[in-house]
Amino acid sequence: MTTKEETVHQDQHPLEKSNILIEAKNLKKYFPVKGGMFNRQKSFVKAVDDISLKIYEGETFSLVGESGSGKSTLGRALLRLQEPTDGSIFFEGQDITSLKKEEMRKIRHNMQVIYQDPFGSLNPRMKVTELIGEPFRINKIASGKELEKRVIELMELVGLDPSRRNRYPHEFSGGQRQRIGIARAIALNPKFILADEAVSALDVSVQAQVINLMKDLQRDLGLTYLFIAHGLNVVRHISDRVGVMYLGHLVEVGEVEELYKRPAHPYTSALISTNPTPNPRAKREKVILKGEIPSPSNPPSGCRFHTRCPLATDRCKTEAPKLVPISEERSVACHYPLV
Amino acid sequence: MKELLQVKNLSVEFQSDAGKIRAIDDVSFNVKPGETVCIVGESGSGKSVTSLSVMRLLEYENGSIAGGEVLFENEDLVTKSQEEMRKIRGNDISIIFQEPMTALNPVFTIGRQLIEGIQQHQDVSKKEAWDRACELLRLVGLNDVPVRMKQYPHELSGGMRQRVMIAIALAGNPKLLIADEPTTALDVTIETQILNLLNELKEKINMSIILITHDMGVAAEVADKIVVMYAGKIVEQGTVYQIFDEPTHPYTKGLLQSIPSDTDKKDRLYSIKGTIPSLNDLPQGCRFHPRCEFATDKCLQSEPPLLQENDREVACWNFKEVLKEKVKL
Ligand SMILES: Nc1ncnc2c1ncn2[C@@H]1O[C@H](COP(=O)(O)OP(=O)(O)OP(=O)(O)O)[C@@H](O)[C@H]1O
Ligand SMILES: Nc1ncnc2c1ncn2[C@@H]1O[C@H](COP(=O)(O)OP(=O)(O)OP(=O)(O)O)[C@@H](O)[C@H]1O
Ligand code: SF4
Ligand SMILES: [Mg+2]
Ligand SMILES: [Mg+2]
Repeated sequence: MTTKEETVHQDQHPLEKSNILIEAKNLKKYFPVKGGMFNRQKSFVKAVDDISLKIYEGETFSLVGESGSGKSTLGRALLRLQEPTDGSIFFEGQDITSLKKEEMRKIRHNMQVIYQDPFGSLNPRMKVTELIGEPFRINKIASGKELEKRVIELMELVGLDPSRRNRYPHEFSGGQRQRIGIARAIALNPKFILADEAVSALDVSVQAQVINLMKDLQRDLGLTYLFIAHGLNVVRHISDRVGVMYLGHLVEVGEVEELYKRPAHPYTSALISTNPTPNPRAKREKVILKGEIPSPSNPPSGCRFHTRCPLATDRCKTEAPKLVPISEERSVACHYPLV
Repeated sequence: MKELLQVKNLSVEFQSDAGKIRAIDDVSFNVKPGETVCIVGESGSGKSVTSLSVMRLLEYENGSIAGGEVLFENEDLVTKSQEEMRKIRGNDISIIFQEPMTALNPVFTIGRQLIEGIQQHQDVSKKEAWDRACELLRLVGLNDVPVRMKQYPHELSGGMRQRVMIAIALAGNPKLLIADEPTTALDVTIETQILNLLNELKEKINMSIILITHDMGVAAEVADKIVVMYAGKIVEQGTVYQIFDEPTHPYTKGLLQSIPSDTDKKDRLYSIKGTIPSLNDLPQGCRFHPRCEFATDKCLQSEPPLLQENDREVACWNFKEVLKEKVKL
């Protein structure tokens, strides 16, 4: 093969990932839904409903699930970009759930976000040097010559040509704009980065460049990622562990290869079987999910997946399964797990 | 089999501040009845411009056809008036745009928009149109159809909206459906539903489909034939098996290699180095040469012609070298 670069990344053994960086306990985020004029009864979209989750230092944890399942809300709630309705969040062992604004600000530089739309999230009237330098200026960390030096370093780190620093974002390609977003996110040496659909809008070849960069930075800077995406192949490539969401619940969590090869939840199984494969001969058996994702303000009783589940029984209609470990590496919320 | 659509040497230009730019250059491909042709390529390669020019919708975006023919059932659409085109659009050829939310009118119900679509093309009563609308919604796999008819776009999920768009596109019983990235914004479960639906419809009503995508996985699932575009030109075309088994253009090969695969997970992802050139600053010679691993001196000097070889086409001076190296998927 021609130029497949030979850098093989060290896979951390699960047992070495002992330090929990971020943890959610019984986290909830409900959004009120406006009822009709005379409808005094308040109803809620339970976007994140009682989720507990640990993310270990140095790992990439990914969230997958249908549109509207609550992935972004969970990510944003973990960073307290959205105030949780209930539950608690720990960052490096510290309870940050009710930290005041000022205290939160001190922690915030350790938690950064890369957004989906590299254009929409960059101010079009700012030059690249201003955009990348902004975190330093806002936090009064560097100015003048020192700031300039930092910006140049960052641009080199993410593979942008520093001589183009006085250009505006629209003069860069999609992948390059995404790199500007990444440079901003890593400017203050964060420990944790939420990448919410950060590569979804990019076409395959550009996507590959950005993902390689994210992996390099993780290795060099020891970053921990929460990665949200709907491209299942990308998730498989970048993740150590994956969480599968359905209607505000985490229905399965596990090591990525295990979970892809032997999904335990019927929803995970359906999700993975529908993933398009780049092989025209592989007409795989697809589990086609009937119907749409139900309304999140009026979710089904019992197991929320029962209305679309090929294995559902009467028990599933009434009794909600809890997320429980089925092996050292895997938890699943289903009365009849597949493994 | 006879061809339904023949695009011959089509070129399209846009008037810009920097003068004229040629967005697609000398593009030729055919579509048979009941066939699905996928157009693939990176962002900016000219996929949408190609489809819009088949529909003659470019004139509305200050673009113009600079040369070539678009033969639909042997009639040249390029020489038709917009008046005549209006009769063809929606009847013989329909298009689904990428973003269903912007393509549906938010202030009218689904039913009203469907019925209008039907009555535009067929001389039927309101009652007949209503029945036909319901039938179309069922065809695209919606349930609770009478309820859906009275709902507004924002009350439907993304996947449902996309299916409504397909229903509207099917209202005139088109022979050719053009779908521009119909699933890019959707998650995989809904994407699968839509792709299955397209496959089903193709069989049920023998419709031809031009599907535009930058996802090679999607192309693998639905395409009979694949057209690969780069910077406004077709660089390779062939059957889905030819393209996936034996890519002969370095760009096609690069696209296939960039797909994150199941196996060598801990390796770096392959990526084609560099970026697609801007149209007003195209490289000399082969427009892919600055990014090409196979480039030789000849590639820097002159542009490779699109050569035909047993029912497939490739534009590369060194395709024999490319063929020697197998792609592992
Ligand atoms: N600010 C808000 N106000 C009211 N409802 C909201 C708000 N944000 C999210 N929701 C609702 O919460 C649910 C979860 O939304 P969320 O954006 O987290 O989903 P997601 O899994 O990220 O979906 P996608 O894949 O489409 O990005 C949805 O039903 C959504 O409509
Ligand atoms: N109305 C227009 N005026 C000027 N240039 C245009 C116009 N529409 C498209 N172009 C140019 O034509 C080229 C091809 O664009 P096109 O939209 O066909 O790309 P595409 O392959 O569909 O990309 P994507 O995957 O991003 O949709 C691009 O360089 C684009 O900038
Ligand atoms: S003609 Fe030359 S530069 Fe162009 S694709 Fe072929 S080998 Fe590469
Ligand atoms: Mg989201
Ligand atoms: Mg396009």
